[in-house]
Amino acid sequence: MTNPAPVAAPARLAEIEAIIAAHLWREGPLLPILHDVQAAFGFIPSDAHAPIAAALNISRAELHGVLSFYHDFRDAPAGKHVLKICRAEACQAMGGAAMSQAVLDTLGLDWNQTTRDGRVTVEPVYCLGLCACAPAAMVDGKLKGRATAQTILAELSA
Amino acid sequence: MKIYVPRDAAARALGADAVAQAFAALGHEVIRNGSRGMVWLEPLVEIAQGGVRRAYGAVTPADVAGILAGTVESLGVVEDIPFFARQTRLTFARCGVIDPLDLSDYAAHGGLSGLRRALDLGPEGVVDEVKQSGLRGRGGAGFPTGIKWETVARAAGPQKYIVCNADEGDSGTFADRMIMEGDPFSVIEGMVIAGIAVGATKGFVYIRSEYPDAIDVMTSAVKIARKNNLLGCVLHSSHEFDIEVRVGAGAYVCGEETSLLNSLEGKRGVVRAKPPLPALEGFMGRPTVVNNVISLATIPVIFEKGAAHYAGFGLGRSKGTMPIQIAGNVARGGLFETGFGMPLGELVNDIAGGAATGRPVKAVQVGGPLGAYFAPEKFDTPFAYEEFDGQGGLIGHAGVVVFDDSADMRAMARFAMEFCAVESCGKCTPCRIGAVRGVETIDRIAAGDAGAIPLLVDLCETMKHGSLCALGGFTPYPVMSVLTQFPEEFAGHREAAE
Ligand SMILES: Cc1cc2nc3c(=O)[nH]c(=O)nc-3n(C[C@H](O)[C@H](O)[C@H](O)COP(=O)(O)O)c2cc1C
Ligand code: SF4
Ligand code: FES
Repeated sequence: MTNPAPVAAPARLAEIEAIIAAHLWREGPLLPILHDVQAAFGFIPSDAHAPIAAALNISRAELHGVLSFYHDFRDAPAGKHVLKICRAEACQAMGGAAMSQAVLDTLGLDWNQTTRDGRVTVEPVYCLGLCACAPAAMVDGKLKGRATAQTILAELSA
Repeated sequence: MKIYVPRDAAARALGADAVAQAFAALGHEVIRNGSRGMVWLEPLVEIAQGGVRRAYGAVTPADVAGILAGTVESLGVVEDIPFFARQTRLTFARCGVIDPLDLSDYAAHGGLSGLRRALDLGPEGVVDEVKQSGLRGRGGAGFPTGIKWETVARAAGPQKYIVCNADEGDSGTFADRMIMEGDPFSVIEGMVIAGIAVGATKGFVYIRSEYPDAIDVMTSAVKIARKNNLLGCVLHSSHEFDIEVRVGAGAYVCGEETSLLNSLEGKRGVVRAKPPLPALEGFMGRPTVVNNVISLATIPVIFEKGAAHYAGFGLGRSKGTMPIQIAGNVARGGLFETGFGMPLGELVNDIAGGAATGRPVKAVQVGGPLGAYFAPEKFDTPFAYEEFDGQGGLIGHAGVVVFDDSADMRAMARFAMEFCAVESCGKCTPCRIGAVRGVETIDRIAAGDAGAIPLLVDLCETMKHGSLCALGGFTPYPVMSVLTQFPEEFAGHREAAE
């Protein structure tokens, strides 16, 4: 599950409209719409803002407020691979801090950065529910327990 | 012969899919069950034959042919493994036993009998039964579930809602995830019973986005429940109920019930001031029950076995059982369901076998990122609400994170502040700004400025009293528990330099 390929603007708009229409029946449809838009394009393109705000009868400022509140929503595409490493307590108890530092150092990144070739984005996550097989990570949606820098880097180059 | 290979996220994260494929490649049908909760043994394969299920631990694809040929040694009958045998499994009775998405397997193991009884009892009888059971909210606050339901039942409103809080953001916890992946119908049945009690016809399960497997299983379970009249026209009765699965977007604070409701409505997940209580003005301003996954998943067994049976377990006002999650640096990590009252040290040392590294245990954090650290001196504290409160701690969602003697406790106190700063919803200054100051102050102490210690204490007091919710209000717990129990770690960096 790597990132979706870029889509041209006109085709994108039609797809955005279709996603909005599919969720409008819900009470509180905004998050389901945003999740689907991000699943389709890998981020929330700015040309999605106007149609979403119009369909939900909210201001663009309100929409922006929501987008900026949640860690999940991106305003630009991530790297080809997205690596999330757990920074929370149970993983720290199992050497998670040293493990993530080793991964970041190897990739030459800090948290929330993408390699210059656009291959890998590394993000922190606070608990994946794998606390009894820590440290934990997620590579392109795939979970890893008892993760080491080696197993993570191997998964990225697979 | 039946073969079970868990589909639980932890089992998958340790390679269960490849193991299942290896069985399939040899022409065997595999049931993807939930986890039995013995995470250190995952992937835990079970072979059912002649009425018993034998376990094989930490299985790799290379073991598969040997297991089938009988040349790999078994751990014995699953239920006889001491970690399992010492539990009282009520909420998790079916988890790992059944095929999670097989409704008839669910019914064959006691499922739906609670709901049938609830339909007979009617709304008032249902509320009474929950009150009698003594069930308190398992999401953290420990509020009596029956009283919450009664409030919503009495509230007037054209539409009421049941919201299942599956945001499970606390580090060290995974009980919600496990039950959703291993026995999703118990959550659905609990929500349907809640609907009968309060007169709600619509429910939401709000699952954090970090739980893709739980989202998949719950979504499938809801579809199956609709097809089989568990949802819709409930068991062909006059009660209607439907459920929508919603996905969070990576905000810890959205586990707080009013923040969660804002998020469901499509807003920023900021915390609402109370009153009004969500019970009276919740989702879309209408009467709403918000309950944790485990609170709801425990409802069916209360009705199946009776409130008195459930209330017969536990200690004092902490009635029934708690699925305790033991994690971090621990030899036998996993989920251990037991009646309230077991001393913390027994859990950590006897049940879980101490630290995974074999080194001495230095501290455990109980109750997630807002919970206090307990040094071994406090290990005689019984695992129960009031008893933990009396020790300046909280059981929260019952996560226990173990640290060995290599842990840097000052770094853990700093992390508590940092986490609060990252996840603050921003509504109150003591939380939003205080947490950032907290990180800076701990850094000053680390740099040798002992004079900053009283500042940290003051800051904790301000956050405790000036915050609207427990994120800002309880972050001082882990910080102060480190400061009081491990003062030497705040003596500056001289020690480390020596
Ligand atoms: C910052 C914060 C985070 C919370 N996170 C959760 C959570 O992830 N899951 C949960 O059930 N309750 C969480 N709670 C508690 C809820 O606000 C609420 O008390 C609970 O969902 C009520 O259900 P219960 O009575 O069944 O426990 C959190 C509270 C706070 C202050
Ligand atoms: S304490 Fe923090 S998270 Fe809670 S309402 Fe205030 S600012 Fe928001
Ligand atoms: S703390 Fe890292 S997975 Fe839970």
